[in-house]
Amino acid sequence: MPSEYKLILKHADQPGYTPDIECYLKHGGYEVLKKALAMQPLDLPDGKRKSPQEQLRDEVMKSGLRGRGGAGFSCGLKWSFVDRRSGKPIYLICNADESEPGTFKDRQIIHKDPHQLIEGMILSCFANDVKLAYIYIRGEMPQGAKLLNKALAEARAKNLLGKNILGSGYDLEIHVHRGAGAYICGEETGLIESLEGKRPYPRIKPPYFPAVLGLYMCPTIVNNVETLCNVKHIVAMGGAEFAKLGTPNNTGTRIVSLSGHVKRPGYYEIEVGKVTIGELINDPNFGGGLRDGRKLKAVIPGGSSAKVLKAGEKFKLKRKVDGKDVEQEVDMLDLPYDFDSLLQAGTMSGSSAIIVMDDSVDIVEALANISEFYAHESCGQCTPCREGSLWMSKALHRLTHGEGRKTDADYLEKIANNIPGGRTICAFGEACSWPVQSFVAKFKDEFVAKGAADEAKRAQNGVASNSAAAKRRETVAAH
Amino acid sequence: MSFSVPAKLETEIDELITHYPVKRSASLMVLHALQEHFGWISQAAVEWTAKKLGLQPINVYELVTFYPMFRQQPVGKYQIKVCRTLSCALGGSYALHKHFCDKLGLDAHKHGVQTTKDGRFSVEFVECLASCGTAPVIMINEDFYEGVSRAKAEEIVSQCK
Amino acid sequence: MSTAPTTESKPAPPAIEKIKVKVDGREVEVPKLSPDHAGKLVPTTMIQACEAARTDVPHYCYHPKLPVAGNCRMCLVEFGTPALGPDRKPVMNPDGTPKIAKSPRPAIACATPISPGMEIYTKTPAVKQMREGVLESLLINHPLDCPICDQAGECKLQEYSVDYGQSASRFVEAKVHKPKAVDLGPRIMLDAERCILCTRCIRFTRDVAGDDALGIINRGSYNTISTYPGMPFDNNYTLNTVDICPVGALTSKDFRFQMRVWFLKETKSVCTSCATGCNILISSREEKIYRYTPRENDGVNGPWMCDAGRLNYKWIHRDDRLKDVLVRGQKSSWTVALNEIAETLKRVPPGSAAIIASARQTNEELWLLSKLKAKLGAISDSVPRTGKGDNLLVDEDKNPNTNGARLTGISFTEMGINLSKIAAGIARGEIKTLIVFGEDLLKRAVDAKALREKELTSEVVTEHGITAELLGKLDTLIVSDILPSATAKLAHYVLPGCAHAEKRGTFTNRDGRVQRFMQAIQPPGDARPEWDFLHDLVYNVTGKNGFLTIEGLFNEMAKDVPAFNGLTWAGLGDIGVTVKV
Repeated sequence: MPSEYKLILKHADQPGYTPDIECYLKHGGYEVLKKALAMQPLDLPDGKRKSPQEQLRDEVMKSGLRGRGGAGFSCGLKWSFVDRRSGKPIYLICNADESEPGTFKDRQIIHKDPHQLIEGMILSCFANDVKLAYIYIRGEMPQGAKLLNKALAEARAKNLLGKNILGSGYDLEIHVHRGAGAYICGEETGLIESLEGKRPYPRIKPPYFPAVLGLYMCPTIVNNVETLCNVKHIVAMGGAEFAKLGTPNNTGTRIVSLSGHVKRPGYYEIEVGKVTIGELINDPNFGGGLRDGRKLKAVIPGGSSAKVLKAGEKFKLKRKVDGKDVEQEVDMLDLPYDFDSLLQAGTMSGSSAIIVMDDSVDIVEALANISEFYAHESCGQCTPCREGSLWMSKALHRLTHGEGRKTDADYLEKIANNIPGGRTICAFGEACSWPVQSFVAKFKDEFVAKGAADEAKRAQNGVASNSAAAKRRETVAAH
Repeated sequence: MSFSVPAKLETEIDELITHYPVKRSASLMVLHALQEHFGWISQAAVEWTAKKLGLQPINVYELVTFYPMFRQQPVGKYQIKVCRTLSCALGGSYALHKHFCDKLGLDAHKHGVQTTKDGRFSVEFVECLASCGTAPVIMINEDFYEGVSRAKAEEIVSQCK
Repeated sequence: MSTAPTTESKPAPPAIEKIKVKVDGREVEVPKLSPDHAGKLVPTTMIQACEAARTDVPHYCYHPKLPVAGNCRMCLVEFGTPALGPDRKPVMNPDGTPKIAKSPRPAIACATPISPGMEIYTKTPAVKQMREGVLESLLINHPLDCPICDQAGECKLQEYSVDYGQSASRFVEAKVHKPKAVDLGPRIMLDAERCILCTRCIRFTRDVAGDDALGIINRGSYNTISTYPGMPFDNNYTLNTVDICPVGALTSKDFRFQMRVWFLKETKSVCTSCATGCNILISSREEKIYRYTPRENDGVNGPWMCDAGRLNYKWIHRDDRLKDVLVRGQKSSWTVALNEIAETLKRVPPGSAAIIASARQTNEELWLLSKLKAKLGAISDSVPRTGKGDNLLVDEDKNPNTNGARLTGISFTEMGINLSKIAAGIARGEIKTLIVFGEDLLKRAVDAKALREKELTSEVVTEHGITAELLGKLDTLIVSDILPSATAKLAHYVLPGCAHAEKRGTFTNRDGRVQRFMQAIQPPGDARPEWDFLHDLVYNVTGKNGFLTIEGLFNEMAKDVPAFNGLTWAGLGDIGVTVKV
């Protein structure tokens, strides 16, 4: 029977576990940091020496850790891109702007175990020669910001932060920076602009890769809360040991946020790839199944920007069985919950947030809700996303307010196709168009039926000639 | 009306500015601090912030108009923010929002933040508050409420004095 | 540039490595590094490579003289780079050419650096579709009222719609409404609905003009260009934003709805408002000037000019322009007046004449006056004219041809040093004849401190002691000017001259750049270009001839004035040649 594997959340939900430093220390907190700070340079056979920092970075590379924020990019590789020869300071920013609809995992860490994040950050900063770091926490988490500030003060008081940490000669300061309600600040270059006190417009890449030209045009690492916590465990157990958790290329654990129409919504930490979507939804250890009398309709597997999976959908999955590559057809419920399987299914695990929708859901309404979110959150910097996100939202609003057309499904698809695929400055273009593309493609008959019903109703009521929609159509025809 | 920042608050703000190698970075933190004190960000507050950070007022105005958490006019003593996004919507947030509006004599179909005539309550839909597993969720000022049923909503509102 | 002598003694820049790329199958060799907006060498971008290949890449936000923004997405292109094998060596096709790995994602040509062997594709179906998509997106919320838009005829939306537009819009939603006819500042109007948010104006005023006055407020599709409430956009360079606005969002209050641009004739000229000599285009129709716009010249003004200079043309059409030749207050003719003057000047004893010629006159005119000066043994000078300058374009010297006056020997290193001597000479009765070109000597000097801060065209004329009483002592006062003046009122001879827009000629700017300007409109009444009638006069007085055209005159002058040696009218080209000053 599949069950949780608690690595990050090992202590957080234990009765009596509190977010203060005394409790953290009692549970072995900051021991890993002490070990790391005491590391010695390693003599290599070729006579060269490997610094403790390089050794730590090697362990992270070996661990196969992939970013937990959404893109799933290798953390070790990301660190390896950092320009260490520029002579400029290197900055590290913890991305705690948890905003992808459906996601609420980082909130748990921040509220329940802030010192784990801080220890992970100190280790990551030490490994990358960072002297100044920030935690960018979304504005809607004021309590989280207070808890982090308190935790940082506690750490400072114990010389775990500040000058000459624990006598190691290493200096580091970490500050909390609050956002103020903008999803786009989760995009790392948008976050950097926001932290610089500007509108959070994502930067063009090239040339502004954070590893080279990040915060204040200095090399910068931006890592998610959960990713940084993982660094602590990688340093504790060694990269190779960490890589044994999960499945190949999908190592470690992930905290899955499960919401929507399941009996037991909540967050569950699992070994990556060891549990299927179906198990997460139905197993009593996890979602516990749908509400009584309801059937599954759709699942969004990686936060609301991930392409939707329709109940009963089948995928061809390349898998290794007894060391051989085979292609197997699997039902969407049998997709292992990991990075690569979901990519093969044409979607993504994103921020590991699963939103479950049962057959009570009006799929057009659901998409309208998602599109309204993205229209509200588009920063408006670049053309396709600025114009396209609101266009889709308006069309869906019309379709859910009795003014639909049979042709709206095709109309939506065409609008959505103008946005993704590298046409926009950042991945928000994909985030806002993928839901529309996938909902319309997979539930096309429902979109067409809704539009047809609206048209029929208008014809029956004889109001077509003076309805607002008809007026708009006339205006268009006149162009 | 003159705008004056109390010495204690200014000291706090000066400390915040030291967190950054470039003053401009403190913009959001300074605005948060001012809003916590004054309840909203007036034009005078924008100008004060710009001067404090060595910026042009437009630099700050660009931020205040971008981030929805910053209030450009005074709002209610209790600001009820109902999460609108998918998981909460699946959990009944639209009905909850309507319930608050109806109860407080506001229009549930109106866009943006609405404040009661007595200035006690503001109600608005906000986007995902990152607690989708306990939908529907709301925030009242800095406090967070999960799994808000109608009954719970009644109780919460009755506690707002 | 011309091969005429130039004394710009910059060391030869280090040779920049060239790399080969292909644009739509055509190989071009381009420098690995190219200057960015500020002139700093940075990796050459795709759009620069395409330009080298003479391939047009449509764009809105990109501007070579502004920092790259990359927001409009109109310049998206497809591209590929030489494929590398596992050994990091290039993979070859069977025919020996390098195998190209095509990128699955497009790139913005304005910001993406080129690399050796890169292939850029600007004409593929995917690129066309992307451009169509961007254009459609830009148009959905844009008012489709081109017939009443002032930008019509010079609008990039219109222009690209020809190539990438659809005949019918499929947009059936309500448009986003934004503020219209917004008074952004004393010279600029904003129609936020026409704005495509390319941010050229913001970048210009922040990064070029140094006045961080504009920003974007609100979010997403509701984004709107704005000033801070209550702070007008009023620096001295605001009108450049109208030039670079690719659509009808920013318009000049002075020019908007005055004339359809396609009726305008453009004439290459030079601004006369200060010593910088910004290159301009004069737009005119039927002898009326409608606007000045900057004409790009990287040696002088780049693509910019100041608002003060740009709007300094209205006086040309003043009703009270001097249009008649006057002899002792009576209307006369050029023949009568010039003959009389010639006869008078021939009889002037050496040392009893003085010439005060404005440094607003052209090189050719000043040179002709210098010939007269030599013949008469006259003392001469120009009137200094100073005002506020800045670090960008505006010079403190408000005379456009100070260096011309010096090089032709009319004035000296310290301009105005002879004016008090002339005054004293008149007072003592030694100077009996005064020739004044383009100056009102009785204009009261203004105290620099009294100038208002925001005044764009303020200037100071130095006090020199020449009074009406002194002028009354002269036997002969000859005045040529464009506008009526107190000095002209006292003159025995008034010769109506021309604004620069009404004649041809050259000025020598503050750096010694000799720049020519063309005639845009005809002068009013009997007014004649000064060089034209001065030529007659000098011929009459000195007996020398040989230059009936401005070209001939210039070339003659170039032989005579050491600093101009080797220059020719044709050789100056459109952007001028720098000489040692």
